[in-house]
Amino acid sequence: MYRKHSFAGAFIRNLFVWIFIAFAIFPFIWIFSASINSSNTLLGQTIIPKNFTWSHYIEFFTNKQHPFGLWILNSIKVSGITAIFTVILAALGAYAFSRFRFKGRRTGLLSLLLVQMFPQMLAMVAIYLLLLNIGKYISWLGLNHHISLIMVYLGGAMGFNVWLMKGYFDTISYSLEESAMIDGATHFQSFIRIILPLARPILAVIFILQFIGTYSDFILASILLSSKENYTLAVGLRLFITGQYSTRWGAFAAASIIGAFPIMVIFLLLQNQLVSGLTRGGVKE
Amino acid sequence: MKKFLFPISLKIIILGILNALAIWSVIILIFDSHYWMGGILILGVVFINYIFLSEKAYPFRYMVPGLIFLVIMVIYPIFYTIYVSFTNYGTGHILNKEQAIEQFENQVYFPKDSVSYTFQAFKNDSGEIKIILFSPEEEAYLCENKKIIVKVDLSDPRFIDQDKDGIIDQFDNYKKLDKIQTIQRLNELQNLRFKKDEYIIKLTNLTEFKVCNKKYQFDSSLDRLLDLENGKVYHNIEGYFVSEDGERLTPGFRVKIGFQNFTKLIRSQQISGPFLRVFGWTFLWAFLSVITTFALGLTLAIILNDPYLRLRKIYRTLLIVPYSIPFFISCLIWRGFFNTEVGIVNRILNNFFQVIIPWLQDPIWAKVALVVVNLWLGFPYMMIITLGALQSIPSELGEAASIDGASRWQQFKNITFPLLLVSLAPLLIGSFAFNFNNFNVIYLVTQGRPAIPGAGTPAGATDILISYTYRLAFEGVRGNQWGLASAVSLIIFIIVAVISAIGFRYTRSLEEVSKNV
Repeated sequence: MYRKHSFAGAFIRNLFVWIFIAFAIFPFIWIFSASINSSNTLLGQTIIPKNFTWSHYIEFFTNKQHPFGLWILNSIKVSGITAIFTVILAALGAYAFSRFRFKGRRTGLLSLLLVQMFPQMLAMVAIYLLLLNIGKYISWLGLNHHISLIMVYLGGAMGFNVWLMKGYFDTISYSLEESAMIDGATHFQSFIRIILPLARPILAVIFILQFIGTYSDFILASILLSSKENYTLAVGLRLFITGQYSTRWGAFAAASIIGAFPIMVIFLLLQNQLVSGLTRGGVKE
Repeated sequence: MKKFLFPISLKIIILGILNALAIWSVIILIFDSHYWMGGILILGVVFINYIFLSEKAYPFRYMVPGLIFLVIMVIYPIFYTIYVSFTNYGTGHILNKEQAIEQFENQVYFPKDSVSYTFQAFKNDSGEIKIILFSPEEEAYLCENKKIIVKVDLSDPRFIDQDKDGIIDQFDNYKKLDKIQTIQRLNELQNLRFKKDEYIIKLTNLTEFKVCNKKYQFDSSLDRLLDLENGKVYHNIEGYFVSEDGERLTPGFRVKIGFQNFTKLIRSQQISGPFLRVFGWTFLWAFLSVITTFALGLTLAIILNDPYLRLRKIYRTLLIVPYSIPFFISCLIWRGFFNTEVGIVNRILNNFFQVIIPWLQDPIWAKVALVVVNLWLGFPYMMIITLGALQSIPSELGEAASIDGASRWQQFKNITFPLLLVSLAPLLIGSFAFNFNNFNVIYLVTQGRPAIPGAGTPAGATDILISYTYRLAFEGVRGNQWGLASAVSLIIFIIVAVISAIGFRYTRSLEEVSKNV
C-alpha cells in the first residue's frame, strides 16, 4: 500500500512525525535544561539556561537530608539481586518445562500464564500483613528490609519469564545434551554446562527487563520500606518532590536525569532484543 | 564413588536444614495458634521432601525454588486477601480476640478504701528492680514483680542502713535508688504488679503503691466481659465488647464480619457514592488509555512502516524515548509540568492563549491531564507492537487490492486494519487490563485528587480502584482499613479475571498456546 511520495506528501509525513518526536522528547530536554539551570524553580526556567550550573548534580551527592546517592544504590542493589535470582529461578523452571515430559506439565505452564494475569500489587494489603507478621518472629524478614522486598519481587520470577525462556530453550537442539549424557553427565550438569551458555542472549534479556521493571517499581517498595535510609529511588524521589515543585525543581531534575539516564541508554541500545521480549509478554510491566 | 556420594549428601544436608527450620516455625505457629498456617507449612515441607527424594518427581526439583516464592508471595497473598476482605482487620481491630482480652484483663481499678503503701526502690547491677513497701502500720514488705509480697523485718542484718538515717541503703546486692533515679525509672515501676491475697498492688503516683482489683474478667462460657468494678456486662458484638447502654470498649479486635465490607461499598451512603464514581472512572480510564495510545501508535507505525520514508530507524528510536525512561520518573516530571501556578503547560497556554487551567484541582481537567500523560507514556508501546504486526501482513493483499482499483484509504480500512486488529486484540485487551490497574500514573501524577467532597473514605475524583485500595489500606484519615481495602482488591481480581477470560475467548490464544506447549 506504500508508493513513492510527492515532495508535499513526504513533507507532511515528516512534519507529522517530528511533531510527535517533539512531544516524546520534550520532557527529557526540558528536565535536562532544568538540571543545569541555576534557578531552582519551575517558573524561572528557560529552555537554554541563563545561568549555567552543576550545583544540582553536586547536591545529588551531598544532600544529607535526602541521600539520593544511597537511594540509587539501594535501587541498584534490590533490582540487581532480584534480576539475578529471577534469571536463576526462571531458567531452572524453564529447563524442566522444556526438557522433561511429565504429568501436569501442560497444566503447570497454563497456570503460570493464568497467575501472571493478576498483578502482584492487587494483593498488596495481604503482602503487607504477611511481612508484618513474619517480622514479629524474624525481624530481618519483616517490613522495612531489602531482603523481604526482594523476596516479594521474586514471587513474580516464574510466569512470562518461564515462557520466554522455555521458548528459547526449545530452539536449542538436544543432540549436544545427548552426547554429554552418554559421556556420563547428569541432567543438572548438562543444564549448567550446555544450556545456560547457549541461552546467554535470553538470560541477558530477562535480566535487563527484570532489572528495569524492579527499578521502576513504586508501589510495593513504598508499602514495605518505611525509613529514609532504606528507600529506593522511586520512593525517595517522590517524597522529595511532592508538594515542593516550586522550590526543589532543579535538584529533582538532576536526580531524575541521573536516575533515568543509565536505564534509557541500555534500553535504547538493546531496543530490538528487549522489545521482542516485551511484546511476547503482551503487557509492559 | 566420591563423585557419586557428594551430591547426595549435599542434598540431604540442605533438606535437613530446611526441615529443621520448618519444624521450628511450625512449633512457633502452633504455639501462637496460627493452626492454618502451621498446617499449610507442614504440607509444603512434606511436598518438598517428596520431590527431592522421589526419582519420579525429578523434573519438579527444578521448579521448586521458583514455586516457593510464587506460592508465598503471590498465591498465598491472593487467598489471604480473600480472607481479610471478610474481616474487619484494620486500625482499632488489629489484635485478635485473645490478645484483646489479655489487655482488658491486665487493667485494674482502685477500690475506694484501698490501702496505700509508701515505697523505696532498689536495683541490682543487672538492673532488676525490687521494692520495699511500707504499710500505714509501718510494716515492711519485700516485693518482686508478679510475685506475692513477703513481710520482712528491717532489723535483720541483711538490710544495711549505712548512714543510720532510718532508710535502708542496701540489701543482698540490691542498692537504693534515690529520688531522681526513681523518677527516671517511672515507666518500669508503673508496670510492676505485686500480689497480696487476691489483690494486686501497683503504683498510683510518685510516692505511693496502692491495693487494686482486677477491672475486667472474661467469661468464656457466655462470651462476655464483666466489669468487676461496677458490674457492667459487655457483650461481644462485631469486634467490640459493647455494654447494654451502647458503650464500646477499645481496643476492638478482629473478627469475620461476612459480607459487610462489600455491602458497605454498595449501600453505605458515604462510601458507596464515591466508590461507584471510582468504579466508573476506572473503566473509562482504561478505555480512554487504550484508545488514545493505540490511535497515535497506529498512525505513527503506519507512517514509519513506509519503506520510502527516510530516517525511519532514527525516528523510531526517538519516538520510543518515553518508553525507556523509568515510569516513576516520567510521572513525577509530568506532575511538575501540570503544576497550575508554575508548570510549563500553563506557561505555554498563558503565553499563547492567555488561559490558566487548574489541571490538578479540577476533576475534569485532572482527568484530561492523566490521559495526556498516559498517551505520552503509552504510545511507543502501541507503535512497537503495531510495527511488529504490520510486518506479518502479506504485502500481496495490498497489491491485489490496488490492482482492483482500491484507494489507499480503502486498503487500510478493509484489509490492513481488520488484519491488525486480529493479531493485536490480545495485546490490546492486555493493555486494557494493565491500564485498569495503572497505579503509577494515577498515584504519582494526581494522587487520586482532587478529593470527592463528603466522601466517608479517602476517595478522589481521579482515583481508580487500585489507587483507592492503596489509600484505604495505607493513607486513611481514620487509620488503615485493611478489610475494606481487601474487599476492593477482591472486586478488582474478579474484574481482571473476567477481562482475561474475554481476552482468551475472543482471540483463542489459549488454544494456540496449548498447541505450542
